[in-house]
Amino acid sequence: MRFLFKTDYEDDIKLFPHSGYVISYGLLLACLLIAPFVLSSYLVSQLVFVCIYATVGVGLMILTGFTGQASLGHAAFLAIGAYTAAYLQQYNVPFPVYFLAGGLLTGVVGALVGFPALRLTGIYLVIATISFAFIVEEILARWETVTNGNEGMRVKTLSLFGQAVPRDGPTFYYLCLAVLVLTIVGTLNLLRSPTGRAFVAIRDSETAARSMGINVSLYKVKSFAISAGITGLAGVLFAHKLSFISPEMFTLQLSIEFIIVILIGGTFSLHGAVLGAIFLVMIDPFLTYLKDDLPGIIAGVAAAFGADSITAGKIHGNVAAIASANGLKGAIYGIIIVLFVLFEPLGLYGRWLKIKLFFQLFPLYKRATFKRQKIYVKSERNR
Amino acid sequence: MSYFRAENLSLHFGGLKAVDSVSFAVEKGEILSIIGPNGAGKSSIFNLISRIYPPTSGKIFFEDQDITQQPAYDIAGLGIARTFQNIELFENATMLSNLLVGRHRHSTTQLWQELLFLPSVRAGEKMHRRRVEQVIEFLDLEAYRDKLISGLPYGVRKVIELARALCSEPKLILLDEPSSGLNVEETEDMSFWIRDMKTELGITVLMVEHDMTLVNRVSDRVIALNYGRVLAMGSPSEVQRHPDVVAAYLGA
Repeated sequence: MRFLFKTDYEDDIKLFPHSGYVISYGLLLACLLIAPFVLSSYLVSQLVFVCIYATVGVGLMILTGFTGQASLGHAAFLAIGAYTAAYLQQYNVPFPVYFLAGGLLTGVVGALVGFPALRLTGIYLVIATISFAFIVEEILARWETVTNGNEGMRVKTLSLFGQAVPRDGPTFYYLCLAVLVLTIVGTLNLLRSPTGRAFVAIRDSETAARSMGINVSLYKVKSFAISAGITGLAGVLFAHKLSFISPEMFTLQLSIEFIIVILIGGTFSLHGAVLGAIFLVMIDPFLTYLKDDLPGIIAGVAAAFGADSITAGKIHGNVAAIASANGLKGAIYGIIIVLFVLFEPLGLYGRWLKIKLFFQLFPLYKRATFKRQKIYVKSERNR
Repeated sequence: MSYFRAENLSLHFGGLKAVDSVSFAVEKGEILSIIGPNGAGKSSIFNLISRIYPPTSGKIFFEDQDITQQPAYDIAGLGIARTFQNIELFENATMLSNLLVGRHRHSTTQLWQELLFLPSVRAGEKMHRRRVEQVIEFLDLEAYRDKLISGLPYGVRKVIELARALCSEPKLILLDEPSSGLNVEETEDMSFWIRDMKTELGITVLMVEHDMTLVNRVSDRVIALNYGRVLAMGSPSEVQRHPDVVAAYLGA
């Protein structure tokens, strides 16, 4: 186990506490940089989605994980970013401009949502953000002159400095990766400065935060704005990745997916947002697999155990019916959330930290090490 | 003019008069204790001063400025810090970040500067850290810098809360039962620190306390409250001999 000998206040400020971090994150970055040359285009495309979801996850993490304000409206913020991009693109606005405009506009909308949210906590805040998301969805469907209504909008291929950047190409992947990395670095900077500490203070005790001179309302609005702004930036990339956007893409289910990203990754660290995004993007191919292959496999197993062809056919049909049932995805998401909240409230990153500690302390790890730790998602707060 | 003054301060919850036209003054550099039986309105007065409750009537003055209408977050900015009866620390953060939150009123950096972590932010962080380290040294908290609050024992948390209040470099500090839940030795330490705060740091102290040993040891003056009203005011021994105070504690 490594013991850090701190000799300077700088040691507590810098992003990488010791050289081991530089090496491991450097290796990770190198792997991500060579990924498009090694992996299949399908996997690179999945990585792009991981980057976009992780960016949204980081945004949501600032709001929910660090400021303690739950939100089920982030699909709407994503939509605002995406539609801003699609709308401005029609007027040949260059990418850097509408990229920033998407983030800025979403940030402003986020701040506006933050104001009524000042008086709400816990479940009521969740309801308020859900209603906001529904309002945005409805506006997108009805404001046909701008959004083209339910017919949706085409998003032209991204062009950066006169170069076309196709949505399946490596350049687009690098762009998404860069946005994610910059978002993470910016957020880490924020977290090690007064604003980030004020967010955490508000999460843990509003009364104490107020008596320490923190303008709780202002910082909640700031948190909403930053979180929404980041989500808006991701929305611009999202629009380009999908190349077509319509209101029914930005439903409550998408907001729930973002909650899954941070909940499953772990709500206390930015690592969680990335791990959760990987998990969520991976779950889709898994569900497809469930739909396509699982009935055959189960029927095969049944046949191996001596079921005749008619029974096996029936089993096949039944399993196929369940696997392709409507709403199965939502049900599975629900089960995943419940199981994680019950058994691994610290999420994947929490599990990783435990595994790491096990090897660091080996063979002295005590089973009760994490017994007393009480970390919880604050959904019910009374102050 | 007094340093800090409460004039006819009242707080009514419906028919209940938690604080009933209480007036008192705190002189610069003194330690004033408020004592009284449970429910006498001691903590309510603190909550009125730190603007958690708006007063039903009355005024509060600090350094000749009317602070009755100031928003709660401005109170710290004026130089009034407080601790809470039931510790209100930021549980899922380290002690260091708790204390750094205490420095919040001194932070001058803007959001965009923090996003980029410009040199000015870095310099500010180091300056805050130096001040925090002074408080850590003052209160002997060196062992807990990177510890999460949720894993620390009650006695230590109590001291950390005091430390957080000191980190804001207050002129007036409100201590809400600084010795509750502490054992005899810890209470003794606390009394030394309270005296040191007055003599070394020049902080004016207003405290609510039940432990009469601590009150006698540190207080310059004592106010006794009951049912939201002032019973007696004066030196510790005077107040303890006052017939109304004896009656309030022991029954007539």
